[in-house]
Amino acid sequence: MRRSMLFLPGNTPNMLVNGAFLGADAVILDLEDAVAPSEKDAARVLVRNTIRYMDFRGCEVIVRINAVDSDFWQADLDEILPQKPDLILLPKSSSAQDVLAADAYIGQKEAALGFAPNTVRLMPLIETALGVENAFSIASACPRVAALFLGAEDLTADLRCQRTKAGREIEYARTRLVVAARAANVDVYDTPFTDVNDDEGIQTDAAYAKALGFTGKSSISPRHVEVINRVFSPTQKEIDYAYEVMDAIRLAKEQGRGAIALRGKMIDAPIVARAEQTIAAAREMGLGREDRA
Amino acid sequence: MTEIVRAASAGTLESSDAYVEIEPAGQGIEIQLESVVKGQFGESILAAVRETLAGCGVERARVTVSDRGALECVLRARVEAAVLRGRGDC
Repeated sequence: MRRSMLFLPGNTPNMLVNGAFLGADAVILDLEDAVAPSEKDAARVLVRNTIRYMDFRGCEVIVRINAVDSDFWQADLDEILPQKPDLILLPKSSSAQDVLAADAYIGQKEAALGFAPNTVRLMPLIETALGVENAFSIASACPRVAALFLGAEDLTADLRCQRTKAGREIEYARTRLVVAARAANVDVYDTPFTDVNDDEGIQTDAAYAKALGFTGKSSISPRHVEVINRVFSPTQKEIDYAYEVMDAIRLAKEQGRGAIALRGKMIDAPIVARAEQTIAAAREMGLGREDRA
Repeated sequence: MTEIVRAASAGTLESSDAYVEIEPAGQGIEIQLESVVKGQFGESILAAVRETLAGCGVERARVTVSDRGALECVLRARVEAAVLRGRGDC
């Protein structure tokens, strides 16, 4: 389960080594924007050692490498892939070709390392206008793509507009990415909320992202992780309802009934699908019915 | 063998990090260590530095380590990065 993803600068040991204790479902060890060009070499070695030696205690490990139009991305992958990170976050993904270039290189490395194909998944970071327009072809470029990820800071620079807390300027990009990702059957993650001191703002922004259909949300501050986890977790009421739906389905089958109603409302396929998703999430959080027994 | 041909450094003096300087030397490995935990962990820090240098194929170098409470994986990364920057083929 990936509700929250926390960015950690790749050349800052005191953040990296504490990454497992900050409550995020995933950490993104950043070799791109958080690292000056003159420090890319040192950060690569540091991130590689961090993954090799640190126990991330069930926290997923994602590495943001440099973009495929940079001089750094292949060296990043050479160093990082042997440590078998869960995912590679690929910045400036603007077309399926960008994704396929990374996919081909990772595939060669996986074969050389003796890993099964697609062991290391890809998460294209969509942060250009072209990337937004190509979102579906990026999401469906290859089976290695696990999710799309929206990056609003670079995107708004590309759109030549101001980035605001209200986020109206990224409304189209958000909805476009959610639709594209769901059409391609992959997950989709929202951009960080960058005011680390606005506790109300992160709550509103995360709730809005969830309402649009995002799977989870990234963060640049440990302060935001708890709110994001809470917002993207099913509530007890939702979990209870999901079990009621599944119980009603089972009972109806036993009684040979086709049409099923619960609390006066017909239960159709989308309601069942949502109930299954809620129960799956609850089980991952240890809140399933069997966990309570 | 990896030859150190120029003075180079890696890391910072921030907490949980180490600043490692490396320079060419006539023979052998010479290490100077500054650390607030030198009394208790000095030997293991020196061993990690020596082992990392050996792993990189460095047999001759003068190394100065200013440790700010770095974990061993961080220390090893900084030594390796200093070698990468000071070696002849880059």
